[in-house]
Amino acid sequence: MEPVAPPSGAPRAGSALHRFANPGRFLRLTENWLPWLSGAALLVLGSGAVWGLLLAPPDWQQGETVRIMFVHVPMAWLAMGGYLGLAILSLMSLIWRHPLADLTARELAPAGAAVTALCLVTGSLWGRPMWGTWWVWDARLTSVLVLFFLWLGHVALVRAFDDPERGARMGAILALVGVVNLPIVKFSVDWWNTLHQPASVTRLDAPGMHVDILYPLLWCTLGFSLAFMAVVLAATRAAVMERRVRALQMAAARRAEAAPAAMREAEA
Amino acid sequence: MTRKRRRIWILLLCALGLGSATALTLTAFRDNLVFFFSPSDILANPPGEGRAFRLGGLVEAGSVERHGEYQGRPAIRFRVTDGANAISVVFTGVLPDLFREGQGVVTQGVLGPDGVFRAREVLARHDETYMPPEVADALKRAGHWNPAQGAAPPAAQWNTLDPGRPAPPRSGS
Repeated sequence: MEPVAPPSGAPRAGSALHRFANPGRFLRLTENWLPWLSGAALLVLGSGAVWGLLLAPPDWQQGETVRIMFVHVPMAWLAMGGYLGLAILSLMSLIWRHPLADLTARELAPAGAAVTALCLVTGSLWGRPMWGTWWVWDARLTSVLVLFFLWLGHVALVRAFDDPERGARMGAILALVGVVNLPIVKFSVDWWNTLHQPASVTRLDAPGMHVDILYPLLWCTLGFSLAFMAVVLAATRAAVMERRVRALQMAAARRAEAAPAAMREAEA
Repeated sequence: MTRKRRRIWILLLCALGLGSATALTLTAFRDNLVFFFSPSDILANPPGEGRAFRLGGLVEAGSVERHGEYQGRPAIRFRVTDGANAISVVFTGVLPDLFREGQGVVTQGVLGPDGVFRAREVLARHDETYMPPEVADALKRAGHWNPAQGAAPPAAQWNTLDPGRPAPPRSGS
């Protein structure tokens, strides 16, 4: 990795960002984070499961089915929050050519596709008993499906080029174009009439949810977010180390290739 | 202007262009993106004869007849209202669990010449409120809310309510 010294006059944010662009420093910094993140995620998710599945009350009209919400809503928030993260990484990649942002974006996308898929599946399982249908093409459901395809498209596009840097740039452009979908997902239930109900929690007036249901939901959201971060961090660290191993192998192969040639030259 | 600053400006310009293009497209498609029509929409712009569409609204309180008959088959009749207007609906089939008076529904079918909507499918559309049964009971007992008449009161009134204690008196009464 070439050391990048920002030219004088570059934005200050750029120079601060580049301190974390060094993969070696990133590995050292995050060395001890993973066990803590995973431990906290397990703890919060375990207690969240007990709270959400056993202690929280049922809904007055949906009954026990409402507990699907404790998975469905965190997955929906992570799908959108994760995509916002992908967009920020793509900006850093395109503007500051941040190598670590490329690697993180590449490892974030499969996790984002997974949570979006879980959001769609749990929503479908919830819609069948409550609405009476697995799926409808209303604005909310369709825009989340588009979000899922954007994640999948990023996964495929980044890996479609022989030159990883080119793939990362194409993926970053796709991710930034896809950002227009985020406000559509969020406000689809306000702009158009949909089968999906409007937001209960992320709205300006008081949450339309009793605190006995709201607090376990927020707790589960914290747990799933910690688990998501742990997965992405582990994958990014693995990718950095994988790249180092490959660089070392390449160097070794070059040395092995150069050695006999040097011997022949010495003999001649 | 450094290369980085130029890249920021290029990205900003692209974002501006893409954003306004999307906004214009969505505005142009707004009328086509409705999932259902309300009874007032239908009465103002009657759809063509035999054209299938979705009708949405609340099930009018006191309008549900469960033991009706339609073309020799057991049928359920109810009225879908948006507050201003209402349309009668007849349906032979299985209703979703959440169907009740005052509940939001989206029905798909055809409007008959007699002005009765023949539904092929009835979906329930619940609102964005979630509360334990005890809290709902407390609100109903205190006279704050009749679910058959419409939406729950503002969430600030009940989302921290302890169902063990009686609901606070209705403001202004």
